[in-house]
Amino acid sequence: MDELIFFINRVLISGTVLGSIYALGAVGVTLIFGILRFAHFAHGDMMTMGAFVAFVLAAALTAMGIVTPLPMGFVVLPLAMIITAVLALGLDKGFYAPLRERGARPVTLLIASIGVTLMIQGLTRLIFGSGTRTFFESESKDIFRIDMSWAGGSRPISITEPQIIMFVVTALIVVALHLFLTRSRLGKAMRAMADNAALAQVSGINTALVVRVTWVIAGALACVAGTMLALDVALMPDLAFNIVLPIFAAAIVGGLGHAYGAIVGGFLIAFAETMAVFNWTAVLRPLNGILPEGMALPANLAVVPTEYKLTVAFVILVITLLVRPTGIFKGAST
Amino acid sequence: MPLIELKHVVGGYGGAPILNGVNMAIEASDIGVIVGPNGAGKSTTLKAIFGLLRVTGGTIDFGGENIANSLPDKLVPKGLSFVPQEKNVFTSMTVEENLEMGAFTRSDDFRPTMDWVYGMFPVLAEKRRQPAGELSGGQRQMVAMGRALMSKPKLLMLDEPSAGLSPRYVIEIFETIVRVNKEGVGILMVEQNARQALAFASKGFVLAQGQNRFTGTGPELIADPEVAKSFLGG
Amino acid sequence: MSAAATTSPKGWDSPLRRGLMLFAAMFLVVVAVGVAQGTASMLLILVQATAFALIALGLNIQWGYGGLFNFAIMGFLMVGGASTVFLSYPVNAAFWDSEGPMMLGRALLAFLAGLVLVLLARQSHRIGLRGKAKTTLVVLAWIAGYIIYRSQIDPAAAYIESTAGFIGGLGLHPVLGWAFGGLVSAVIAFFIGKISLGLRTDYLAIATIGISEILRALIKNMDWLTRGTMTVSPMPWPTPLPQQLQAWGSSIPESFMLARVWFLVLATIVLIAAFIIVERAYGGPWGRMMRAIRDNHIAASSMGKDVTGRQLELFIFGSVLMGIGGAILATFTQIFDPSGYQPINHTFMVWVMVIVGGAGNNWGVVLGAFLIYIVWIISDPLAQLIFLNLSSLTESIGWGAIPEIDSRSLQMRVFVLGVVITIALRYAPKGLIPEVVRREG
Repeated sequence: MDELIFFINRVLISGTVLGSIYALGAVGVTLIFGILRFAHFAHGDMMTMGAFVAFVLAAALTAMGIVTPLPMGFVVLPLAMIITAVLALGLDKGFYAPLRERGARPVTLLIASIGVTLMIQGLTRLIFGSGTRTFFESESKDIFRIDMSWAGGSRPISITEPQIIMFVVTALIVVALHLFLTRSRLGKAMRAMADNAALAQVSGINTALVVRVTWVIAGALACVAGTMLALDVALMPDLAFNIVLPIFAAAIVGGLGHAYGAIVGGFLIAFAETMAVFNWTAVLRPLNGILPEGMALPANLAVVPTEYKLTVAFVILVITLLVRPTGIFKGAST
Repeated sequence: MPLIELKHVVGGYGGAPILNGVNMAIEASDIGVIVGPNGAGKSTTLKAIFGLLRVTGGTIDFGGENIANSLPDKLVPKGLSFVPQEKNVFTSMTVEENLEMGAFTRSDDFRPTMDWVYGMFPVLAEKRRQPAGELSGGQRQMVAMGRALMSKPKLLMLDEPSAGLSPRYVIEIFETIVRVNKEGVGILMVEQNARQALAFASKGFVLAQGQNRFTGTGPELIADPEVAKSFLGG
Repeated sequence: MSAAATTSPKGWDSPLRRGLMLFAAMFLVVVAVGVAQGTASMLLILVQATAFALIALGLNIQWGYGGLFNFAIMGFLMVGGASTVFLSYPVNAAFWDSEGPMMLGRALLAFLAGLVLVLLARQSHRIGLRGKAKTTLVVLAWIAGYIIYRSQIDPAAAYIESTAGFIGGLGLHPVLGWAFGGLVSAVIAFFIGKISLGLRTDYLAIATIGISEILRALIKNMDWLTRGTMTVSPMPWPTPLPQQLQAWGSSIPESFMLARVWFLVLATIVLIAAFIIVERAYGGPWGRMMRAIRDNHIAASSMGKDVTGRQLELFIFGSVLMGIGGAILATFTQIFDPSGYQPINHTFMVWVMVIVGGAGNNWGVVLGAFLIYIVWIISDPLAQLIFLNLSSLTESIGWGAIPEIDSRSLQMRVFVLGVVITIALRYAPKGLIPEVVRREG
């Protein structure tokens, strides 16, 4: 039983947390690719930006002496999402829209997004310094311990309050996104434009509006993902730059342009990463009783050493690109 | 006053103009068919009307105003609709969603229009929940026309609606076009199957090198020996 | 660069004149830096800029000539650095006297055994296995090979790290190390190119950046080979070190200047040689074919050109220059520190150099490399100056001083780099010295 609890704590919970973050980031990447046809490399930094917006709001509320039962990071999230969405619109207007109007190729937009990455990174560090910050300076991170002695376990399943809220928020967002894309006129228009931009234009769909909505959604989701990452770990300027690659891997594995694929891809990559560095001996130890003498399991039986955790995503990415470049669901074809 | 009137339209994709003064007039009761050799500017004419390329000279009067260089999201609400030749359905979306996208510019209730379209293409009503990408070529063409009709256009423009279809479907599509026209929608189409299309055209235009060469009713053009010899393959 | 972007095109119509003016302007900037920061600093910047010019030329071959997106530049710089460590660092006797070489030999054998296993599995269609069965077998072979290799390399690595530290070098001349860096880069580029060059541009960008990160993780964590985060230093120089010059009687400031001058001369020779080769290749039939492929993929392949093969050549050629450049940088700084490599400093900055200088034009790219590197370096002190003044201003009006000025102004250069490339893409998308489109026939 303890082995199972260990597995739940180390793989199931942390994999779901990471998966939620990857999924929300990857949805933004995939939507931008579907509508605007370019790989938006600055997406990780949009996440950092969103996290800092939430951080500033939370700090301001705390300074005003407001105390809430929920972690402050989640309380300010709706407002932070709106602000980040507006900032995302501003990024498009300022840096990408002028290039599109000139008829620049998607690869130019990709390079432009590198420029945006550098500017956001530089600015956040200029303003906030390069140190690490936490949302939990004045409030504590509640940890729930679910006693498992009734099932014969000696250790509890432990999960933090932010993690529980994270699961709820992610589930809500996924449902909302699904309803938006399948039920609303604009959501359908978005899918139409991702499917066939020329025909969407011919149908009279207001493509400029769809582009704006895309940035709003991508920005808002980036804010959620960034804030969740900051709540789970810590807040630093290069927070999301380090995970923009797994996020791209998730989007590509799910098929670029395919929102549901991105969600699946996000969880897939996250679980692949956590399971690859998980020490399987901890779970398989009971086997030692069955195995013949001298065949005991090694003390550390991880698929890859912990320091290679990030490379798991890239290896999956490279294999996907080689074997099935359109992703596990068929992605945008052009 | 005609529904749409092109006067000396000049235009192209930047570089040398492809249209060098095209003239056309279509009434709401008309089926207009544009024929001509490859590169004559047939499809280009439709695209110029629909704002998909730059018009540098002449005027396009529609509903009493010059609509040259207006973009589709302004033209569709005015009553213009266009069915491109290729990639004219949203393959990943269901038939019904395709039709809904045709009604994007409308804010009123489009259910009656959708029922009207389904009445015209009963097979689409059967497959309304199926992705358009899974349909046959002929059925896709119906989805494309249905989508274009959802905006309740006054003028429906079609770019080679019969291209790539089997002869059975060609006849079916042409019959549908005539039926749509009878419901009060003006038609302007480009066709490779020139003889077949001109047979039911009330206005025929023969274009060559971006200019009108011959104009008349369809049957007149078919009967004209010079047209027949140079443009209809004898 | 703003001077060029804002001047009207009149009078600038001759590309030669424009290029000469820009190079002259750059020369003035270099002199200004020399006056402001001292000659020794200026020489330091120049040597590193020379290495970056070589790297930028490599990217120009790939992107400017071939339209191949490469975000793995950092990976190749690390490969070049690690290779030159292996070849030119002094011999580590503790390693060679230990069991280490034997164990590594066994690991190599295990690696080869795994490789043979995979290759055999790939041939399994000859014994009648097809489709899913064959795929399963290949996957199993990969897993088996991985386990066999790990079973040998893990104890070997642990042993070497605990006894000798790391395997050390071969003690050969650093210039040989540079060449070796190019060679290893070529081999790695061959495999990367083989697997990823068929991808579309944005996929290629993501794939290469992923591969670059894999390379970084490997080099950073293979402590037995590269000493990992413990860093290797001091690396030997191909030219006399300041300490040697001092022993020969130079004064201390003089020795630093002289040593860097010698190194600069050597690096410049490498750059000029590479430049001549690249420029000749570009003007010749090979370069013509490359441009044909870049500008019209489909037409070129329908004319019977081996597009993928040619692109692979370009990718390898460019990566060799990157590897050599990386080796020169590691040798010059005398330290190989895998954690010092960052995508911003080592991949994106090179892209900014090429885009700003003018993709497809070698002169432009060299100009861009020097210019951007100087901008990168002087952004820090300039920002510090601004911050210090601002700080005293805020202090005088009672807002208090700005904290952490040092680390903040260091970040300024990242921001400046972003601004520069944004402005370049917007107002001079073809770069300062655009590619000269030669019309054949």
